[in-house]
Amino acid sequence: MAAMDYIDAIRLAMKEEMERDEDVFVLGEDVGVKGGVFTTTKGLIEQFGEMRALDTPLAESAIAGVAIGAAMYGMKPIAEMQYSDFMFPATNQIISEAAKIRYRSNNDWTCPLVIRAPIGGGIFGGLYHSQCPESVFFGTPGLKIVAPYRPYDAKGLLKAAVRDPDPVIYFENKKCYKLVNGDVPETDYTVPIGKANVLREGEDITVIGYSMPLYFVEQAAEELAVEGISTHILDLRTLQPLDKNGILEAVKKTGKVLIIHEDNKTGGVGAEVSAIIAEELLYELDAPIMRLCGPDVPAMPINPPGEKFFMLNKDKVKEAMRHLAQY
Amino acid sequence: MMSQSASKGQSVRHLELGLSNEQAIEMYKTMVAARKFDERMLLLQRAGKINFHVSGIGQEVAQVAAAFALDRNQDYFLPYYRDYGFVLSVGMTLRDLLLSVFAKAEDPNSGGRQMPGHFGSKKLRIVTGSSPVTTQVPHAVGIALAAKMKQKPFVSFVTFGDGSSNQGDFHEGCNFAGVHKLPVIFMCENNQYAISVPLHKQVAGKVADRALGYGFPGYQVDGNDALEVYRIVKEARERAVAGEGPTLIEALMYRLSPHSTSDNDLAYRTKEEVDSYRAKDGIPRFKQYLIDAGIWSEELDSEMHASVRKELDEATEYGDKAPFPAPESILLHVYADDAEQGGRG
Repeated sequence: MAAMDYIDAIRLAMKEEMERDEDVFVLGEDVGVKGGVFTTTKGLIEQFGEMRALDTPLAESAIAGVAIGAAMYGMKPIAEMQYSDFMFPATNQIISEAAKIRYRSNNDWTCPLVIRAPIGGGIFGGLYHSQCPESVFFGTPGLKIVAPYRPYDAKGLLKAAVRDPDPVIYFENKKCYKLVNGDVPETDYTVPIGKANVLREGEDITVIGYSMPLYFVEQAAEELAVEGISTHILDLRTLQPLDKNGILEAVKKTGKVLIIHEDNKTGGVGAEVSAIIAEELLYELDAPIMRLCGPDVPAMPINPPGEKFFMLNKDKVKEAMRHLAQY
Repeated sequence: MMSQSASKGQSVRHLELGLSNEQAIEMYKTMVAARKFDERMLLLQRAGKINFHVSGIGQEVAQVAAAFALDRNQDYFLPYYRDYGFVLSVGMTLRDLLLSVFAKAEDPNSGGRQMPGHFGSKKLRIVTGSSPVTTQVPHAVGIALAAKMKQKPFVSFVTFGDGSSNQGDFHEGCNFAGVHKLPVIFMCENNQYAISVPLHKQVAGKVADRALGYGFPGYQVDGNDALEVYRIVKEARERAVAGEGPTLIEALMYRLSPHSTSDNDLAYRTKEEVDSYRAKDGIPRFKQYLIDAGIWSEELDSEMHASVRKELDEATEYGDKAPFPAPESILLHVYADDAEQGGRG
């Protein structure tokens, strides 16, 4: 088992799936000769040729729409949106088309498509290279949405997404690319879509999150352990469908829950997680459900103090966790 | 009758183009079936039997002629919502259409889920469509990309209206197909109106000329001239399978009916205008061609009309009496495995 950066795990998943199945191909802007603006698809064109590491015109609706057509034929496209901020021109294709193809054809046509899109800020990307658009797509039946945090899950979930018979949006966090490192088997494995994962066992408080903020949660939990606060951490991994049982089990463990994500608070994934807990476990809670999320502003600014104010970090997370523990 | 060859020298164009007498007659029958279907639907809606109909009257000639120019055993079809003549040409039946109109469980297009005119049948390679217009254009390009990647000799054929030619998906799809020289045929059924907005308020130039900007040929054709539409689509198909890339065809026609049964078209156009185009209807024109070619007659025409009426009566009764889907079936087919993936909530 090799220690590997998050971005290398994503690249390895694509490489392995393209080796396994010749119908798998990657398309998007700069995914070919350049190997992606983040190097995510580096080396694929050399190994698989220009048709399977396909540089497309700069037109996101076509990238999604062409991928949908190919998927309906029976190919297994991985469509890359260069930044999730640029995904909105493709929203009609994703929500009106990909999500509804099986349903509207009464199970006759299917759309086994993966859309990869980098999310998240903290890279001085300003308003339009930093967003977390999960809530735009969340709550659209017919779509599956995954958002890995650990490199192990980044590889396993991407491979599962490629093999899934339905459209999957794969939100990879660009801040995680080189920051998060972990053990990744070089063997063929998948991580099941729809299953959350316990990152740390604890007794006092439960923190539920996904993607980059879990990096801060893990650090904060380590430090709070010294203070005698024991944290149970659940990585949702899949946002849709949510692992309801996994969520309820994690909350039951401690009776106190904090939900964390970088996407803004109102209408975010955390609101639904909170509602699930309230519907099922309200009288087992020892504290109000708490949320720590991005502020309700359109997107984060590029000036460093403003970006820092928007972003979560270890200290903000730790403070919220301590607050919950002391409630 | 069917084995006779055309006798009049000036009327053998269909043979020159590679259409047998039987095929030419079949084209005509399909146009009539589509027209009669459409007229019946307008009646059923006015009688309160169905809620809604969106008409293709005036567009059947180009639809049928284009379909006959394709390989109906292997090409992929992405029709738009007025393409009754097209889908009848590639294997859908009047019964199938009536099941869709009545939104019944047995409807092969969507199991009674979608509005009429939202076609789909994997068996017939009619790709499922939606209501936001022009989304099917990039899909056709994606299927053509698959043909190129898998080195298969099929083409994808996609239709859309003149209004749709303004959507980003039209331009993005054409550009993608041009760059990658894909085997796709784009056919705009230019019926002069996008609901109430006339062509001159939609398009300042010609739809066909837009192909120039995408690096492939674009042609205008008289959509009421069956054999000319057939010729141009056939040539486009030959170019596509030869690896020469896409073609844009703008078939000129006129929407003789209101946009839909919810539309009062005389609020934005005159009866005189509609009547002037009704006189140019391509169906009687093609009938006259067949008569001139010596392969059709008024007597045969009456028999054929009676036969279509009977088939339509039977299909209407069948569709009307067929059961609706079970109400709880709306929970099915959200995902491949509904139970595990939450489709049953």
